[in-house]
Amino acid sequence: MLEKSYASSEVQLVVFRLGKEEYSVSILQVQEIKRITDITRVPHTPDYIKGVINLRGSVLPVIDLKKRLNLPQQVLTEDTRIIIVKVDELSVGMIVDAVSEVMTIDQENIDSPDVVAGSVAASYLSGVGKLDNRLLILLNLEEIIGVGQETKIV
Amino acid sequence: MDTNQYMGMFLEESREHLQTLNSCVLDLENDPENLSVLSEIFRSAHTIKGMSATMGFTNIAELTHEMENILDLLRKGQLKASHDIIDTIFRCVDTLEQLVESVASNNESSIDSKPLIIKLKALAKGEAVASTSVQAEVSNIAPVASSSIELSDTEIAVIKKARDQGMQAYEVQVSLREGCLLKSARSYMVMNALDEIGEVIKSIPAVEELERENFSLSFQVIVISGSEAEKIQHTVLSISEIDQAVVLPCVLPNDAKGEISVPKSLEPMIKKDDEAEKAGTAVVHTQTAVEKKNKSGQSVRVDIDKLDTLLNLVGELVINKTRLEQIGLTHKLTDLVETIEQMDRVTTDLQAVVMKVRMVPVGQVFNRFPRMVRDLSRDLNKEINLIIQGEETELDRTVIDEIGDPLVHLLRNSIDHGIEHPNEREEKGKNPIGEIRLIARHEGNNVIIMVEDDGKGINADIIKRKAVEKGLISQGEADVMDANEAVRLVFLPGFSTAAVVTDVSGRGVGMDAVKNKIESLGGMVDVETKVNEGSKFKIRLPLTLAIIQALLVKVSEEIYAIPLGSIDSTINIIPSDIKTVQNKEVILLRGQIIPIVRLADVLNIPDSGKQHMEEELFVVIVHIGEQRAGIIVDNLIGQQEIVIKSLGKLLAGIKIIAGATILGNGQVALILDIGSLIQ
Repeated sequence: MLEKSYASSEVQLVVFRLGKEEYSVSILQVQEIKRITDITRVPHTPDYIKGVINLRGSVLPVIDLKKRLNLPQQVLTEDTRIIIVKVDELSVGMIVDAVSEVMTIDQENIDSPDVVAGSVAASYLSGVGKLDNRLLILLNLEEIIGVGQETKIV
Repeated sequence: MDTNQYMGMFLEESREHLQTLNSCVLDLENDPENLSVLSEIFRSAHTIKGMSATMGFTNIAELTHEMENILDLLRKGQLKASHDIIDTIFRCVDTLEQLVESVASNNESSIDSKPLIIKLKALAKGEAVASTSVQAEVSNIAPVASSSIELSDTEIAVIKKARDQGMQAYEVQVSLREGCLLKSARSYMVMNALDEIGEVIKSIPAVEELERENFSLSFQVIVISGSEAEKIQHTVLSISEIDQAVVLPCVLPNDAKGEISVPKSLEPMIKKDDEAEKAGTAVVHTQTAVEKKNKSGQSVRVDIDKLDTLLNLVGELVINKTRLEQIGLTHKLTDLVETIEQMDRVTTDLQAVVMKVRMVPVGQVFNRFPRMVRDLSRDLNKEINLIIQGEETELDRTVIDEIGDPLVHLLRNSIDHGIEHPNEREEKGKNPIGEIRLIARHEGNNVIIMVEDDGKGINADIIKRKAVEKGLISQGEADVMDANEAVRLVFLPGFSTAAVVTDVSGRGVGMDAVKNKIESLGGMVDVETKVNEGSKFKIRLPLTLAIIQALLVKVSEEIYAIPLGSIDSTINIIPSDIKTVQNKEVILLRGQIIPIVRLADVLNIPDSGKQHMEEELFVVIVHIGEQRAGIIVDNLIGQQEIVIKSLGKLLAGIKIIAGATILGNGQVALILDIGSLIQ
């Protein structure tokens, strides 16, 4: 899906905050953004899986994105949101610290993720967008959600 | 042409027609003279051919085309439906199935239909002697068909090419109603309609003449189409002020030389009376075929996903209704409460209707068994008659999808181990032809499916001996066991009585797999048997998997649902009632030792900080088969009807959780899988 949007010269991104950094995913992968609701813990799952929520009658898994990316934890605030994304027909919620905006960025301004060697494993990133003085880290959702690979059940 | 949007329909219908082919060819094998069955086979094969050609799957079209040739010879009585031919046709159907599935899975097919095509051609040629009479028959039809239209060489070439692609050329004779005012408009509509289902290659008079109304009341059109003659006729007749539409296959000048390319679907139309006369019994079959058609005319094909969505939405409606109810109660709004009571009735009905819509007759699973039984019994040199009853019994779609494998296991077992060889049966004074009954029926809120055979039955003593040998039970246990209990040992993992492991069954994985599957569907399986009289496997299944009765329990702050079907009772105990045996916690209930499971530990539930030591403990006694366990929970909330939802792909594979449900307050609660919890 992400590839598709790369074909045109502009990409629309949903930008959100994790800690102090700004991350983004293609708007085409985002279904909706929700306030935090009751999350039911599911036993025997990896720790980054926060649990399941009720989204209008269907049960969706929710991922603690910061835990998944090995970023320092923070308490839930008024701004905490769940971004519901759809990857390979699989809908999953991701907890983020805040959703800031939707912005359009030119394809030319997206660099390969190798540029930033940070705390996040490179395979989870699909690029880095430059906009004025901001750096937006584009996430590789397929890898993060782990579609296709067996979720390790403890 | 963009055919993608028709893909789903193509696959769906192809599968349906292949199923028809399978069952009809079986009928044909038993009754080779039955013309109406042949015609039915023909129609299905022809439809598949037409559809696949339109969709551009030439390999499917080619194979069906050759198949049709054979079928045609069969129908004309120039070939006898020998075993060889029936087998070849079955192989064709199998290959077609593979081809269709490869289309479905989007794989470039590596399936080679060439050998089959060659075989079919050889079979057809085997009766080449008969070609003179073919000619006679063709020329019988020819006078009607080879009408006044003369075709140019190019047109002939176009028709031939279309035939190679599995399409047919038809001559459509259209007569307008007398007094028709807008002749040109009507003719234009006819041309337009025909253009939609095929390609018009010629008209008499020419199109310009038609537009100028330069014709009396009738005109002819040659159209190439993948549709059947009936469909074309129907299309034309649906235009108003059309008096008559005759659709004939277009016969090329060199057709009469022996190659039969009369559209097969048309033949039944022409020969209907003839056919009925020929085979008196066939009429009955035709009638059932007609009934079937009528039935399908009244139904709509709906994607199961859409029904799931509908069910979800109804569930959501129920949840919101419950919230409104609470609001009404807390604010003491009598008007609101009354209205909600009304709404309650509607939603309950709505839910019932949606559930009913998801019901599918078990026939959908059963209808693939006759073929399987036939193949297997022939492989094993046994003669077996499969009797199917109650195929119209309905079950939820989800259950239907799961029930096939266990039934295959049971049937295979009956064929392989149950039914004896014909000579052995004769020695026992039984009918050499064995009988297997597959029966489905409703019983209360359950559906019962029985697999019954009149074979040699299961010998309890042998079972006991085997079980002791394999160390599954002790000799002491075996001695006190009665016959019924002993026979149930076949459901133990690792049990197989067959002396020889055959290709079919006997690897000792069958029966316990059957039992597990049925129990995972919330059902039960039991067996009754009498030596030398046969065995009866009885499966009891819930009507639906989507809604179950469950007990909601609370541990710490978390709520879990336990399916009521596996609950024996709930009891209160005090901590000192718990004893330890070999380091395992157990309780004593009515003289029985029951191991206990602390849910909080198993589910790693974070401790709420409460001390349970002095308190009363709630224990839910559950069972799976004969196995019992007590589950310790903090609190019992109550019994409730819950809608089961899947946790989705990402969380699939968590053993002790069977699914999730949404509670009245919108919160998600997990459903426990008792089977894996107590093991």
